[in-house]
Amino acid sequence: MFSRCLIRGVLAAACGTLVLAACSNGGASQGPPAAISNVPGVIASALDPGVDHSLVTPDPRAAQYYDNAAAVTTGKRLFNQYNCSGCHSNGGGGMGPNLMDNEWIYGARLEQIHQTLVEGRPNGMPAWGGKIPDPQLWQIAAYVRSLSLPQTLAAQTGDTPSQTPAPVPRAVADDPGWTPPPGTTNDYAATLQGP
Amino acid sequence: MRSLAALSLLTLLGGVAGAQVLPSPVPQSEVFNQDNIGHALAEPTPDAGRTAPSAANAPKDDGQWTMPSKNYASTRFSSLTELTPENVRGLQPLLSFSLNVNKGQEAAPIVADNTMYVVTAYPNYVYALDLTKPGAPLKWRFAPSPAPASQGVACCDVVNRGGSVDDGKYIFNTLDGQTIALDVKTGKALWRTRLGNINIGETITMAPVVADGKVYVGNSGGELGVRGWIAALDEGTGKLVWKAYNTGPDKDVMIGSDFKPFYASDRGHDLGVSSWPPDAWKIGGGNVWGWVTYDAELHALYHGTGNPGPWNALQRPGDNKWTAGIFARDPSSGAAHWFYQYSPHDQHDYDGINEQILLDMPFQGKMRKVLIHFDRNGYIYVIDRTNGEVLSADPYGPINSSRGVDLKTGRLIINPEKETKLGTTVHNICPTASGAKDWEPSSFSPQTGLIYIPHANLCMDWMDMQVSYITGTPYVGAQVHFKPGPGGDRGEVTAWDPVRRKVVWVAKEQFPVWSGTVVTGGGLVFYGTMDGWFKAVDARSGAPLWKYKVDSGIIGQPISYRGPDGHQYIAVLSGVGGWSGAVVSGPVDPRDGSAALGFVAVMSDLPKYTTAGGTLYVFTLPH
Repeated sequence: MFSRCLIRGVLAAACGTLVLAACSNGGASQGPPAAISNVPGVIASALDPGVDHSLVTPDPRAAQYYDNAAAVTTGKRLFNQYNCSGCHSNGGGGMGPNLMDNEWIYGARLEQIHQTLVEGRPNGMPAWGGKIPDPQLWQIAAYVRSLSLPQTLAAQTGDTPSQTPAPVPRAVADDPGWTPPPGTTNDYAATLQGP
Repeated sequence: MRSLAALSLLTLLGGVAGAQVLPSPVPQSEVFNQDNIGHALAEPTPDAGRTAPSAANAPKDDGQWTMPSKNYASTRFSSLTELTPENVRGLQPLLSFSLNVNKGQEAAPIVADNTMYVVTAYPNYVYALDLTKPGAPLKWRFAPSPAPASQGVACCDVVNRGGSVDDGKYIFNTLDGQTIALDVKTGKALWRTRLGNINIGETITMAPVVADGKVYVGNSGGELGVRGWIAALDEGTGKLVWKAYNTGPDKDVMIGSDFKPFYASDRGHDLGVSSWPPDAWKIGGGNVWGWVTYDAELHALYHGTGNPGPWNALQRPGDNKWTAGIFARDPSSGAAHWFYQYSPHDQHDYDGINEQILLDMPFQGKMRKVLIHFDRNGYIYVIDRTNGEVLSADPYGPINSSRGVDLKTGRLIINPEKETKLGTTVHNICPTASGAKDWEPSSFSPQTGLIYIPHANLCMDWMDMQVSYITGTPYVGAQVHFKPGPGGDRGEVTAWDPVRRKVVWVAKEQFPVWSGTVVTGGGLVFYGTMDGWFKAVDARSGAPLWKYKVDSGIIGQPISYRGPDGHQYIAVLSGVGGWSGAVVSGPVDPRDGSAALGFVAVMSDLPKYTTAGGTLYVFTLPH
């Protein structure tokens, strides 16, 4: 029970106080907590205490944005239209972080980037869930992921990053640098609709 | 050779690939000089009197440094004479103190009653150090805990330009829009007033001015469509006394019967509405993030107004009053007395927020009460501060975006060749968006009669792009790339004679000079460089006399004070950052020249020279 609470505590960071409350109530006095698969959210931490191997559960909605040239092209246009470029420039950052390096604070999978767009992040990333249509958020996520791909970087000439971003190969989803434990990312449809 | 240079930079950046070759400098032939565009209403009359601040605005130096500008006149002149061109070679660091924040440190250390006060960049820690004890131990520290999300709406690093001590309080602002007064004895908050709202993109980075029982504060947010204002708080309680906006109806701007602008173009009803497309003034900028100056002699308040938003000027036809100019107001009521617009319908992000130095100066055979302002648009304005008349406007950096100032109408003469265009890049515009000089303040010595101007030598390429206003996000609409100005040295300290309207000497620097200057009674000028040198030069000749390498680049405001032992001390904060230093202190990639609003293109080599830091240094002669 303790370990389950721990995992859910980790999730709370990404999912808000609802999860935390469920943990303290359920864990303390009401027997076994609800099955983990009912806990919504995407894992944003690479630290999974006590886990020696893991596999991320892919969000089925992400699949169509891999190997999708149209998605990154549209995402680039939206990135400018929604003023993402105001903070992140052409990927090099400014008010917001650099998106051209391969450092992913909250994970590099499309569902994790999408999650960042939906929920925002504490140091200044606004929450766009419910404000930008969800398919567009996926397209922006694909463009953001493309910015640090070797293929995109190789296409840069001069000091403006590539204006022809490469599609995001599915392979990058298998090597995000870390993976959360099995069964801990789930129920995307319930989570990612935004306010 | 270019690729070779890029390759060596790559290695230093840890294998980052890309094209970080510095752009070529703009040729000298593409900019104007003082001979083609300098204007004054009359020939210099230096014999008509001595240039100096009035006693009311610059009282006799007590050896302290209680406000960033040293005094209301904003001379940043320390009368202390222990350090001289002869002995400054022996100047040594006495102590250093980590600020625990590795972001751009733009604040001036403050010294009052043998205590030094320092406020850091976000999260705006305040430290009080006891100067009477060896090593200057902490008396107290204060963490205001501003909202972390405020970092996401701070245009150009998360800087803070300092606080002031007055009447037993240390008063400063936080990035998330609070003004706080601390008890200097205990470090406890006496009051805190929230003025800004980060959810509309509003932050506060300026140093509040404390005068006449009030605290004057303005907002930042000109890159996020934030409507600019200045507010006066009661110094005792923190309660709002008045608040004046810089766009919109006269009532909001506090324009009434006392408003008597010198030039006809500033007269009329509700110009803050009619000089904009419908409702554009509501998101039009004109912020007060720079220097506010109180005039104890004339009981007036002067403050610049920031750039109009968005940067894409095609989306806001009109003069965009009252942005990119300067107001004189009644400090008690906020009522506007006069206004002058440095850059009507600004097309190049030329905020009018730089410092103004209040002096009595000979002009046309008579002494005039002037303010001297070094605008981002590249001109040194000498303005009669009693009525807002521009007496002269001379260039001090590379200019081709305009061809001077028409002194009959007061209007900047735009160069049509450098007007910005939608979807087309206009090349080699000088000065840059950050200006011939940005916020970093100058100093004036009544001994030499010279002003020591820290500034940049930069130009830019600019393309307008259509931008939509989305609350709380950048409202810019321009793709900008900076480049070095003529000659290639990106920074300078210029010693300027305001009476003769002449450059006396120039100290060239590799990087933009983003620190303030301080000038001393011993005849020294101190300033810092972005690659981490703290320097002393001869105030009369500019000859380099002393330098010391600190942990990180310097963009702060050096000060000079008398310690409890009677000796002279020099203090400065290191910590590179700000708009110019984002490529080091911020999460910015040098491969994207447009990053940090285009500044990265001309600073991509800075990571070779310095790293982020944040340290207080105090120097003195061994004794």
